[in-house]
Amino acid sequence: MKFDDEPAPGLPLPVLPGHVSPGRLERVLRAGAFAVTAELDPPDSTDAEEVYKRARIFDGYVDAINSTDGSGANCHMSSVAVCALLTRIGYAPIMQISCRDRNRIAIQGEILGGAAMGVANMLCLTGDDVGAGDHPQSKPVFDLDCMSLLGIAKSMRDEKRFQSGRKLTTAPQVFFGAAANPFGEPTAWRAQRTAKKVAAGADFIQTQYCYDVPMLKRWMQELDDLGVLGKAFILVGVGPLKSAKGAEWIRRKVPGVHIPDAVIKRIAGAQDQAREGKQVCIDIVNEVRDIKGVAGVHVMAYRQEETVADIIQSSGVLAGRVPWYPTRDTTTTTPAEATL
Amino acid sequence: MYAVRRWSVRHARGLEIFYDAFEWVVVALHPLWKRIGYERLEAPFAFLERVVKGLLFDCQMCGQCALSSTGMSCSMNCPKNLRNGPCGGVREGGFCEVKPEMRCVWVEAFEGSQRMKEGRELIKVVQLPVDRRLQGRSSWLIVAKQKGEAREVKPA
Repeated sequence: MKFDDEPAPGLPLPVLPGHVSPGRLERVLRAGAFAVTAELDPPDSTDAEEVYKRARIFDGYVDAINSTDGSGANCHMSSVAVCALLTRIGYAPIMQISCRDRNRIAIQGEILGGAAMGVANMLCLTGDDVGAGDHPQSKPVFDLDCMSLLGIAKSMRDEKRFQSGRKLTTAPQVFFGAAANPFGEPTAWRAQRTAKKVAAGADFIQTQYCYDVPMLKRWMQELDDLGVLGKAFILVGVGPLKSAKGAEWIRRKVPGVHIPDAVIKRIAGAQDQAREGKQVCIDIVNEVRDIKGVAGVHVMAYRQEETVADIIQSSGVLAGRVPWYPTRDTTTTTPAEATL
Repeated sequence: MYAVRRWSVRHARGLEIFYDAFEWVVVALHPLWKRIGYERLEAPFAFLERVVKGLLFDCQMCGQCALSSTGMSCSMNCPKNLRNGPCGGVREGGFCEVKPEMRCVWVEAFEGSQRMKEGRELIKVVQLPVDRRLQGRSSWLIVAKQKGEAREVKPA
């Protein structure tokens, strides 16, 4: 999809009527195209090139790139910095904001800062517990929860003010998102929780890894019954499992990830387990794409990011569309960075 | 105490009825509290509230009690201080991601809310960000003052 008003890389798109952000992700979703997002694993480094290298893997296959914020409570390059590097050359990042490490003063400052750097999408999260990561001795902040963060973020955008009431001179034009886990307990309340997030201000939802399509369908049906589907775009989280053993480990150790026995059995029975894991992921993408209300997929291929292109290509969800990437529209071989 | 906390969730409806009556009395006494002085009452009220609610709910004295909206399960016992529902990490059987030996306070909250009359709907309402200045203060007095003052205004 090529927009007629595509700006020079690094500059924002015009905000269309009825849109809240100058970003590509909102454009793609509101145009009704099936969107693809992927998760970038931020480097433990100060080298900007490492960020670009990790982003380039997705070139031509994703509409936006999630930049995690100390995911799993592990220390990495900050989300806002990764996003600032990405927007510099025109990528569309989704800046993840976790409530674990910062209070509302820092977070609101970062929303302004991120938006000033051209970040058009932000995902409001509660965050993992510090005990899950490499610095269990640190202080968990949790001044806000994801829901109150969404409310504050939305009022910064729509009412042009901080939580304190103090006015902003320019409001952040941001497409705000939230996470959902349709597969976690208490399952009967998961749709209700998502409805609450949408009521609090979420424009889009990215879900936890989906390996159980019937369960996802039930959750989507409940969202439909609650009247949520028309109000927020749902991107289903998917990801390839490397091996049956790895899947077992994730199921045991990573809270909130639900992998049915049948999936593990299928991978265990294959000659090439990594290949089968990828095929399971492709099959799931194909199964979820037609569910009413599913607006796209969010591919989380941690430490196997190179598989994203193949998963998207094989599933054909882009239907011939080529999402923007730095050299997409240039006929010369000059890298887009050189034009800055 | 954990066992008592869980008893309270099982008896959420009874506690809801009791609290409604209690709140009615406390608010009705607003003129008296005003005469004595709210600040002077703060310490004894906070002490009493801490003892009673500490026993019943493991109350953390956030000063802005939401128990009526959380199925009588104190959401400040959530290690992530979630005031609007469970995180994505709830373990099988409804146990906490951070403290696996504890039932998720939100799994409890949903159960409790279903036993309540108003709590059943209130749990769906988005709770505002916590005002950390109120930590340690009596939420009973805050409610008495707010509702009492609102009543004073009405006739005028």
